[in-house]
Amino acid sequence: MANDQLIMPEPSKGSSPQKVPVAPQKEQKKTEYQGKMHLLQKEMIGRYYDQLTACAEGRGGKAVYMMISGNPVELIQAFDMIPVYPEVNALQLAVKKQSLPFILQAEEMGYSIDNCAYVKADIGMYFGGRKTPFATIPKPDLILCNYVGCNVYLQWFEHLQEYSGAETYNLDIPFCRTESGEPTPEDIAYVVKQLEEVIVVCEKMTGMKFDYKKLQRIVGLSAETGELWSEIKKLTRRRPAPFDAYFDSVTMMAPLYCLRGTEDGLRFFEEAYKEMKEKADRQEGPLPEEKFRFVIEGPPPWPHLRTFRDMFSRWGAVAVASTYSTVGGLWEFGFKHDPQRPLESIAMHMLRWNLTNRSMLQRYQQIKSYVEDWNADALVIHSVKSCRLFSAGQGDMREYFTKDLGIPTLLIESDLEDPRYFAEAQLRNRVDAFFESLEHKRLLAKH
Amino acid sequence: MGLMTLADLKSLASTLDFAREVTVDVEYSEAKQWLAGGAGRKAIGYFPIYTPVELIHATGMLPLGIVGGGNQIEIAHADSRFQSFVCSIVKSTLELGLTDRLKFLSGMVFHSICDPARNLSSVFERNFPGMHIEYIHFPQNFASKSSTVYLESEYRRILDGLEKVAGRKALADDLNRSISLYNRIRATLRSLDKIRVASPQLLSATESWLLTRLGMLIAPEDYIQVLERALAEVPTRSARLKDRIRVIVEGSFCEQPPIGLIECLEEAGCYILDDDFLRGWRWFTSDVPIEGNPLHALAESYADRSVSNGVKHDLREPKAAHMVRNFRETKADAVIFMAAKFCEPALFDYALYRRAFEEQKIPHLFLEFEEKAWIYDRARSEVETFVESLLFD
Repeated sequence: MANDQLIMPEPSKGSSPQKVPVAPQKEQKKTEYQGKMHLLQKEMIGRYYDQLTACAEGRGGKAVYMMISGNPVELIQAFDMIPVYPEVNALQLAVKKQSLPFILQAEEMGYSIDNCAYVKADIGMYFGGRKTPFATIPKPDLILCNYVGCNVYLQWFEHLQEYSGAETYNLDIPFCRTESGEPTPEDIAYVVKQLEEVIVVCEKMTGMKFDYKKLQRIVGLSAETGELWSEIKKLTRRRPAPFDAYFDSVTMMAPLYCLRGTEDGLRFFEEAYKEMKEKADRQEGPLPEEKFRFVIEGPPPWPHLRTFRDMFSRWGAVAVASTYSTVGGLWEFGFKHDPQRPLESIAMHMLRWNLTNRSMLQRYQQIKSYVEDWNADALVIHSVKSCRLFSAGQGDMREYFTKDLGIPTLLIESDLEDPRYFAEAQLRNRVDAFFESLEHKRLLAKH
Repeated sequence: MGLMTLADLKSLASTLDFAREVTVDVEYSEAKQWLAGGAGRKAIGYFPIYTPVELIHATGMLPLGIVGGGNQIEIAHADSRFQSFVCSIVKSTLELGLTDRLKFLSGMVFHSICDPARNLSSVFERNFPGMHIEYIHFPQNFASKSSTVYLESEYRRILDGLEKVAGRKALADDLNRSISLYNRIRATLRSLDKIRVASPQLLSATESWLLTRLGMLIAPEDYIQVLERALAEVPTRSARLKDRIRVIVEGSFCEQPPIGLIECLEEAGCYILDDDFLRGWRWFTSDVPIEGNPLHALAESYADRSVSNGVKHDLREPKAAHMVRNFRETKADAVIFMAAKFCEPALFDYALYRRAFEEQKIPHLFLEFEEKAWIYDRARSEVETFVESLLFD
């Protein structure tokens, strides 16, 4: 091996090899605390993806396509069907920097540069053989479109239906639109009626009779999982926060979506809570020093996650709460799945307790609670071009937080899936200017 | 506002001139005049695509179609609230609000057509606390009978809110009276549409657009008279059939193209036999039944008596099926898919339409527009080239 070759040590190996630069202290610390939970996640999600590949290769299982936000995965688990999440597949592609060729393929087919890139990556992948570095994605047996606010969900699944010819059910969830923000009794009745229809569809497809007690057990697992997730989130109220509620939450989100309602899923969150609680009790955070605490709104730039994270960590800035981590469900404000009322509580989770089916004004209040109860210094709004549900109107959000509430707010733009929309230098400048000004204000306040 | 009043509109020509004035008036003078004409009168604005206007009308209030600012206003405030990648109509509608042009309205109704429009309703709610803001969640599960039951309850909820604003109840008779009136209006519009398909030289798409849009801006009692007079006159017109291609235009169901662009398409060599401009105003394919439960009649008609449209994700047939049917039934030569820039639903639909165009060998053209445009040279030359390729193929 030539002497002038630099070899960076791999994170999983313990000591640094000779004749190469030692990794910075903070990197080693981060690797260490992500160890157990991180490995467990890798193992479990690996098994989940193996299941998908097995299904794709005809070795059994019925694939049910769903969206991650507000979904009835418990019902799918009750029929031993396999939940497949095009959103998760798309974001995995982006993280592994493999999304662009699929996006381009979709654009060749007639999709616009202005269409959501999650959809384009997924459609491109669908026609590109469905083989990814992490799994072969099976074609759908059932497309269960849980329409919870995001209108793109409806388009996405309608397209997949036309391409695959698979049986499709639009599970229509009325939006949070009443003055109280609560669903009406008619809304709940409508959703429960549809869930009963979905049960009939699943019975026909699997040849299994619906097992109510089994559903109750699974809903019980979801309830405990959601409770743990809520407790984990509350840990970041402490100073310092034991983990970054945006960049580290991504490790915890995959099991929440792919394994909710399973024993594995519960076991993961028990381990995650244990680890994070220990960190919190040892007063350890993800950074050597926690200088700024911020709330962050919007999906992350998956293709540039590391780079984006560094823009904040160099300022000692830690995210203590994020709205994106509530797309799969909101449990930190008291909601819990109820095994005694399984269908009604699944309906409530879909109607009221996930981010996408809630109005923008409800999101403003959610963020306000985070800023207040999690003691944050600032709000960062990461506006993504692909996702108009999150992004359309975030300028008004900034108005509200800066003018009405006096909370320092930074609004930056990129994309969640398309690697082309990330102006690194510009973003870094904006982030630097923002934290510099916060630092300056702090100094002035001291004197 | 011009010297013309509704009483002067005895001819189609004067009606069209009047419509041209009213449809570019972003001060809504006609509506304000109607409000001033009686004590306690109120108006409720509604955003695209489809609104059950009968609910508003039955409480004695004027339904007013707010479809952005077109090319009549500069966006100076709304662009700090909505990003560059959001369609213009969302921004221009907010601009109308932020410049106090909508202050005369007692409320606005929005619907579940797309994410930006839905977020717009939240922004309206926060910025205009004096207005009654409603959001209708239209059902997206057409396979289930429970969706009609749900929609009926949703209409009841909306009506409860409107009754509070109006200060009076709308009973079944009131609702049925409104439904009858709007049935007459819709039937007249359908008759005009039939004439366009059979004899496109008698009524242009531009004229049809003006007549339709007018109905969203004046009282329906006045409108029906103007419209029926127009229907009587159109078949008597003498016009020579020109050497043009016959096209269907789809994709412009929310943000509207400037009237000049529609004229430009026609002048470039197209007879636009059918289009989905102002689709919500032409939502029903036949009369809404008059029955003891009018909310039920309206709810059922939404699913079963309505035209196909992209934002109704009706899985009972493929997305482009209705377009292919329409193309064949009208014996059109081509389809122009014309979408507003950044229009998420239309741009998604296009991917499926394109497959259908190719499979069915339907000549087609894709165009993008913005409501605020004044110059149409590029569109004109694209369409002219397209027309030539078809005429001289």
